[in-house]
Amino acid sequence: MTRTRRRWLLALLWCAGAAGALQPWRAAHAVLQIDITQGVTDPVPVAVVPFARAVPADGGFDVAAVVQRDLEESGRFRAMARRDMLSQPARAGDVQGALWRAAGNDYVVVGRVSSGAGGALLVEFDLVNVLTGQRLGGQRIAASAVTLRNAAHRVADFVYEKILGTRGAFATRIAYVAVDGQPPSRHFQLIVADADGENARVVLDSRQPIMSPAWSADGEWLAYVSFENRVSAVYVQRVRTGERRQVSARVGVNGAPAFSPDGTRLALTLSGSTGNLDIYVLALASQQLTRITSNPAIDTEPAWTPDGRGLYFTSDRAGGPQIYRVELADVARVQRVSFGTAYNARPRLSADGRWLAFVTREDGRFRIAVQDLGSGAVRSLSGGSLDESPSFAPNDATLIYATHEGGRAALATVSLDGLVSQRLKAERGDIREPVWGPFVP
Amino acid sequence: MHRPRYLVLFALSLMALAGCPRNAVKPTADAGAGGTGETVQSTGADAAGTQAAGVGTEGVGSAGGGSSAPAASRIIYFDFDSSEIRSEFTAALGEHARALTQNAAVRVRLEGHTDERGSPEYNIGLGERRAQAVRRALMLQGAADAQLSTVSYGEERAAVIGQAEEAWAQNRRVEIVYLN
Repeated sequence: MTRTRRRWLLALLWCAGAAGALQPWRAAHAVLQIDITQGVTDPVPVAVVPFARAVPADGGFDVAAVVQRDLEESGRFRAMARRDMLSQPARAGDVQGALWRAAGNDYVVVGRVSSGAGGALLVEFDLVNVLTGQRLGGQRIAASAVTLRNAAHRVADFVYEKILGTRGAFATRIAYVAVDGQPPSRHFQLIVADADGENARVVLDSRQPIMSPAWSADGEWLAYVSFENRVSAVYVQRVRTGERRQVSARVGVNGAPAFSPDGTRLALTLSGSTGNLDIYVLALASQQLTRITSNPAIDTEPAWTPDGRGLYFTSDRAGGPQIYRVELADVARVQRVSFGTAYNARPRLSADGRWLAFVTREDGRFRIAVQDLGSGAVRSLSGGSLDESPSFAPNDATLIYATHEGGRAALATVSLDGLVSQRLKAERGDIREPVWGPFVP
Repeated sequence: MHRPRYLVLFALSLMALAGCPRNAVKPTADAGAGGTGETVQSTGADAAGTQAAGVGTEGVGSAGGGSSAPAASRIIYFDFDSSEIRSEFTAALGEHARALTQNAAVRVRLEGHTDERGSPEYNIGLGERRAQAVRRALMLQGAADAQLSTVSYGEERAAVIGQAEEAWAQNRRVEIVYLN
């Protein structure tokens, strides 16, 4: 089944048009368009009833609409249209199961927003199985007008997990690089957005390339490569405040940063003046640098194992790029992981450590593949010809990656089982190098 | 220094014009290099009305030439997945080597590039390999190590946008940039 929903999102808000007028190369706003290109054939039917509102404290925000869109965009749910709802209960006790069941639903979500002192809001909801009449649970989420959208994503996370048994990742964020303009005057922005593309903020803006954003495990920091000084340097930036620190600006390549799972170290690629790329680990507090690989080939794109004891990386020591694993306790122990095709690069581990995602070339086409690290079985997940930069959602259910559509770089997601896929495209310009952030408390 | 003052003025005028909160525009680095006047700005994602802003003039054009640059082509092109210098560029590299050996004060930056196919960071490695290949060729003909620096932009700074061999062939290159 293929269905397409088009949605235009205001992705970048500017305080005023004046800012844009001063800088003609800057878009007044960019828009992300999301298409579900493929969903499952038997989505779970659910009704998300409009929540009772706290007017005017909730600022007119429609919590249920966001919950419904999250569930639909996951490709795993089919939502009942509001116009078909004969009643709009706000509590589990008021849900007449037989009526909702007769309308084709398996589940109903009802809820209400109430306001307290000082702009405080409370979102309460119930999830009801109308086949059994059982209330499956609910939550009370403290919020404010500013955090109401996040609260809605958390409602969707709860519903997703209760019904599908997998933690939802709607209340997470992604980072990506937006590139606009024609060579040689291109314009680069590092953007952080909610996982659904909304609420996008520019966190770094430059006339020179920005590459390889990487989240810390607590979601507080982004590491990235910036060429703002004409040569590469690695920075870490606190996402909340914009405060940042240059952590590596050595001669030659400074690239491919990756935070260790405990956040104390950064794996990265350095070349020195000889131009030989090798992998190092930098202790962020002490600045102490440890060399991990020593090989005349290109060694790059380190990715930490979830336990922090090893790194997967790309190396062309055997001719073409392939994926290897090195143990940090014994860096002489290097093991080749990828076989099959002549080009396998950019490894990324699932949070459970079971899956390895990477870029593979098949018949001249670059695609995203996953390898089951237990069995070694590999399968291709994407169907483009210029796909790259895979990154797992923190629940391991979905990957986001970079692709091309209509001659422009766009983002796409695909579920690990290959059943659900989405496109995210900017109104103009290219968007690339997506990286999915962690769960945040 | 004019640039910092310009930046401050710019930021203030932006705030005044736009009525932004004061923390919304937060220049953190004035990163001009080689007098190109580039600026990068970082901003918190959670600040109200956040906008990151940057100012800057045009960067150096592709394969820019300083006063010491010879007339020879300043762009060396490469085959797919290769850092081997094609014979058609031998003469051009010879001229660049001559310019470098005749004047020890001349400095060039070798900027390596790839086409857009494949993984961006791996392409940084390939671009560096190409820049190093040109560096070695120039040094073999007498250029001094101190005259040469390399940088790899990988696939990040395409000369031509396009998803076909015609564009890709123009993007697999090393640009020889004369810094003086």
